[in-house]
Amino acid sequence: MSERTPTGGEKIIQCLEREGVEYVFGLSGGAAMPIFDALVDSPVKLILVRHEQGGTHMADGYARATGKPGVVLVTSGPGATNTVTGLLTAQMDSVPIVVITGQTVSGNLGLDAFQEADVTGITYPVVKHSYLVRNADDIPRIMREAFHIATTGRPGPVLIDVPKDVSQGPCSADFVDEVDLPGYRVPTHADEASLSAAAECLTRARRPILYVGHGAVISDAGKAIITLAEKLRAPIVNTLLGKGAADENHPLHLGMLGMHGTAYANKAVAGCDVIMAIGARWDDRITGKLDAFCVQAKKIHVDVDEAEFNKVIRPDVALLGDARLVIEDLIPLVEMADTAAWLKKCSEWRRRYPLKYPKQGGLRAQHILDRLQHVTGGDAVVTTDVGQHQMWAAQFLRSKSNRHWLSSGGAGTMGYGFPSAIGASFGRPDQPVWAVVGDGGFQMTLSELATAQIHRRRVKCLIINNNFLGMVRQWQQMFFENRLSGVDLEGNPDFAKLAQAYGVKAFRIKRSADVNRILAQAHEYDEGPCVVVAEVVKEDNVFPMIPAGASLDEMLIERPKEKLDKPVGST
Amino acid sequence: MTAEAVETRSEALAPTRALRTISLLVNDKPGVLVRVALVFARRGYNIESLVVSPSAYGGFSRMTITCSGALDILEQIIKQLAKLVDVVHAIDHTGDESYETEVALVKLAAALDERTQILEVAQHYKAKVVDYGADSLILRVHGESDKLDSFISLLRRFHIEELVRSGKVLMARGETTT
Repeated sequence: MSERTPTGGEKIIQCLEREGVEYVFGLSGGAAMPIFDALVDSPVKLILVRHEQGGTHMADGYARATGKPGVVLVTSGPGATNTVTGLLTAQMDSVPIVVITGQTVSGNLGLDAFQEADVTGITYPVVKHSYLVRNADDIPRIMREAFHIATTGRPGPVLIDVPKDVSQGPCSADFVDEVDLPGYRVPTHADEASLSAAAECLTRARRPILYVGHGAVISDAGKAIITLAEKLRAPIVNTLLGKGAADENHPLHLGMLGMHGTAYANKAVAGCDVIMAIGARWDDRITGKLDAFCVQAKKIHVDVDEAEFNKVIRPDVALLGDARLVIEDLIPLVEMADTAAWLKKCSEWRRRYPLKYPKQGGLRAQHILDRLQHVTGGDAVVTTDVGQHQMWAAQFLRSKSNRHWLSSGGAGTMGYGFPSAIGASFGRPDQPVWAVVGDGGFQMTLSELATAQIHRRRVKCLIINNNFLGMVRQWQQMFFENRLSGVDLEGNPDFAKLAQAYGVKAFRIKRSADVNRILAQAHEYDEGPCVVVAEVVKEDNVFPMIPAGASLDEMLIERPKEKLDKPVGST
Repeated sequence: MTAEAVETRSEALAPTRALRTISLLVNDKPGVLVRVALVFARRGYNIESLVVSPSAYGGFSRMTITCSGALDILEQIIKQLAKLVDVVHAIDHTGDESYETEVALVKLAAALDERTQILEVAQHYKAKVVDYGADSLILRVHGESDKLDSFISLLRRFHIEELVRSGKVLMARGETTT
């Protein structure tokens, strides 16, 4: 090949190759054409999505399933603004994605040019960091920095806005290996004083509990957490996003805590004398009424992000560092705690308040998810959308291992479930991926059926169809005298026929008796994607439930008889 | 607005708000100011003054921000500022033994019969007359922000036409980092 100076667009793609990027989830457009052009000759594979939101969720799913950064490439203006929801989702859940947006030529910036949007301006609050590239020779440095920032410390989305003259013009700068970011620090090990303070606190505990969040998944701290729990003989609970960090089937594991967590997890949290957050951030879904949360308990907080300390809770001991390294350092410092009575109490709660659902009265989502756990053996990667099905899936699908549970927690983004499963399937081609979605959320990104079908992804999309925005309907029933407003999804299509129109295999579950057989068929189906449409009872509610802003003691194990006050907490 | 509402509002504003002064060393890049300002805006925190200037090192700028609001929120804000990739450090200097100063320019409509009185005030505050016009004067004064406040309040009895303050700048004394 001749020694032609590469274009900025070519340099961007060469940088992606150097970063080990396999896939770019993208949707083309005028301002990004030089970058798309460079993909033609690159081993980096372009996955053409049908909407940019779907693209960002695919990159997010790829990143969560593999731990590697997901990459998105879109055009300027509306192409870029369509990534905002995906950026928020990734930002709230600390997911490493790099979003490259085309931009109008530099001379047109700020002149309301065609498909111009101030994308860096629009996205400041939803990115970990961002760049507007003014000079093609900055590309190698910016690309290296972007991947470094996205993937280290507390991961997050990084956006790179590239004017078309920059991607089209020559870039003669060399590749960059080292980053020089004086304002960016990545904590690793916690300081010794905090470690010994935490160890003493844990060793003295009589009713300790380990509260495990997404940070533990990200740092792969699961093994260390189990070792610590076994040494201390302390029970474990995890957040929605912490599922799978430590095996939920472990005898010391009490499952998910929080608003729709298991009753025994919440009772244990309410009764503990020491609670240690490991890569979790005391979210309002977890604490409920803050003044009443673990008032008597000592709090230990492990986080890689210093800004999380004292944000919601003032910990007695703060351990700044990587969750895995901190727990590994802590293990030799702790001694076995005297927790026999506490573990007995937790077992009693587990026996007394099991997760349950009515076995009569039509097809229920809980039954399907309970059986899905059986059919997959707990080994499949599972993604969810947002709503009732998400909570039921979190309750009934026990995650065994890291990066097998993908769900939009912080942002609660409807439309996340299906495209994230497609992205996960690109990252984990050896494994079937189940997307558990509701009829509401699925319709927000269902056009990615085409993407899944073209690439024959082994994605199984289980649509829990109750023809309602069910979680909101549940709240209206419980707190708004059943005055239904904006929740009836009358007009839903026949989802099986819809899938077939895309050439996607469809299964239907109509009766409880079908569940095992259909789920097994869908699980075995390996010719491409499929949907499983389950018409479930319309008006079912998720329990246990702690109303927003209530304390853990006010948990509703089942549907209350009396009318409830409107919740004081947020959504 | 009712009279009662006005009263309540002026009462709420009346007590001198505790001001905090934060110093930041930041990358000298476009957009850094927006990122910093957004951290304050998101928590509804009011910036009273903000000074951006070159620092001693190439490629870095200095920001001095004076703001008011609840202390626990400020603690969070400082951590979130420090978290920004473009912020090298963010330090709260409130109550530190640091040297601080500010400049104010005051334009007064000054009739001949008032000038003596105005110049007396100016002299007391070591303010300099930087423009001596037929109908107006411009005074320049510098010093701690409190001093500027009292100087300006003394001038209120005359007719202040325009007022410009630079915002506070500050430097930590001795070995302490600003």
